[in-house]
Amino acid sequence: MVTFLMPRFVPRLVSFEGMGRRSASVTERNIACLRSMYWVVMVSGFVEPVLYLFSIGVGVGALIGDLPLPGGRLVGYAEFVAPAMLASAAMTGALSETTFNFFGKMKFMRLYEGILATPVRPIEIALGELAWAMVRGVLYSAAFLGIMVAMDLTSAARALAMFPATVLIGFAFGALGMTVSTVIRSWQDFDLIVAGQFALLLFSGTFVPPTAYPAVVRWLIEVTPLYRSVDLVRALSLGPVGWTQALDVLYLLAVLVIGLTVAGRRMEKMLCK
Amino acid sequence: MESLIHARGLVKRFEGFTAVDGIDVDVRRGEAFGFLGPNGAGKSSTMRMIGCVSPPTDGVLRILGLDPRRDGPKIRAKLGVCPQLDNLDIELSVRENLTTYARFFGIPRRVARQRADELLEFVQLTERADSKVEPLSGGMKRRLTIARALVNEPEIVLLDEPTTGLDPQARHLVWERLFRLKQQGVTLVLTTHYMDEAEQLCDRLVVMDGGRIVAEGSPRALIEQYSTREVVELRFAAESQEAYAEKLAGLGERLEVLPDRILLYVADGDKAAAEVQRRSLAPASVLVRRSSLEDVFLHLTGRTLVD
Repeated sequence: MVTFLMPRFVPRLVSFEGMGRRSASVTERNIACLRSMYWVVMVSGFVEPVLYLFSIGVGVGALIGDLPLPGGRLVGYAEFVAPAMLASAAMTGALSETTFNFFGKMKFMRLYEGILATPVRPIEIALGELAWAMVRGVLYSAAFLGIMVAMDLTSAARALAMFPATVLIGFAFGALGMTVSTVIRSWQDFDLIVAGQFALLLFSGTFVPPTAYPAVVRWLIEVTPLYRSVDLVRALSLGPVGWTQALDVLYLLAVLVIGLTVAGRRMEKMLCK
Repeated sequence: MESLIHARGLVKRFEGFTAVDGIDVDVRRGEAFGFLGPNGAGKSSTMRMIGCVSPPTDGVLRILGLDPRRDGPKIRAKLGVCPQLDNLDIELSVRENLTTYARFFGIPRRVARQRADELLEFVQLTERADSKVEPLSGGMKRRLTIARALVNEPEIVLLDEPTTGLDPQARHLVWERLFRLKQQGVTLVLTTHYMDEAEQLCDRLVVMDGGRIVAEGSPRALIEQYSTREVVELRFAAESQEAYAEKLAGLGERLEVLPDRILLYVADGDKAAAEVQRRSLAPASVLVRRSSLEDVFLHLTGRTLVD
């Protein structure tokens, strides 16, 4: 029967206390609804970059031969493409969870309305969903790193260094995706996201070094988040690591913080009218 | 008497229109309090402010002595909310809907499981525990939503139109469960536009119209104040009931002409019916009934459709 427990102690002023716990409960909800079918979705996100790696990295790479790195060292084309595919896998994992799924839960399942009637706050939903997107992104990255090491496209030690970088990339894109989700109006807008994501995949120094383009285009490329991500993991994979990579990390951290703040605020505006 | 919900001059404005226009409310511990009113009266907006998911535009609002602007999470920890439209988690099973929800309140998993089982029993859904939410009937979904609202053992349960859209059996089951909650000392706050629901459940209620409170009291007191003890419904065979209205003059405190019948508001229905016979008006049908909250409601908020 319903009985009454003493209310548990709750901190007085609005604070960060309990924030982690409440965010984790949102992540937990996603784990609870992991069903057999969901694995299909998860596997598909992993297969895509692997296909690119084999078709373009290995296939087209055989026609292209070696490429010079900024340091002057020559590397095989597959070695050049693989880190970019890794960054792209981290991006895809984070974006698919924070755009399509997040939007659906917010607008159509009215899931967050229910959650917001509990002590959980909008920013905590955002954090919890982001953490979940990370779980997915991290799985993609780890699997892809395994393939890279197995194919001798990088060393195991370098793979270990790249792993935290992919987590950061995932976080940044997750926060970005969430912000975009709070802005878009309908499912039709997702076509734009897909197109944007594809453009990023093609032009972010992934298959071709940005130096191959005219200066203006190159500047444009170099400010995109995927380019900064590719630059970071490629340097970690093939060397040399320098100040540019510190800039990449700062850039991604900024995207993460700004994205999360904006997403939390906009969610509050939309759901707590 | 301790006031769990205390509002003074509470206002909610959206761009261009005022949903709640300065209301004063006090809800005491253990009572069942109702917000009555037609659609668009401001009931749901009020409920959302009390639920701490909609910041008040103006006025004072204290829930359990706390300010929702500052202590939202702390207040929500002690509220149970059953929204107008079910927002159950369709990706989870019936039981998981309760256990997962409990986790949002920080309730330990073991306690959550135990409480889920108790609550499923309480709303008679034990047999459907492992079913998905989608195939459940409207009444089952509503019962599950009510169970979910109880998972944190709330001090106040907010129910926004708890039985709208349910069939009679389902409504009665919901009422019976809510009544049991009330007996256990849970404070219930509900909105409804069903008069029988308000009469069944509410100790005290306010009638809202156009964002304002137009009447307040117990169902009994409201009927006494705004209606007569009995109502005589007269149907005349003629096409227009209008013609008979003047012949009935002086028969009751108030008389209302509807397209198909005339309502006489009187203290003694049988006496009035006899008088109608004496004036040899020969209505096709005569019905003497007790005055209900519906009469009060229609008197206060009018018969015009507001939608």
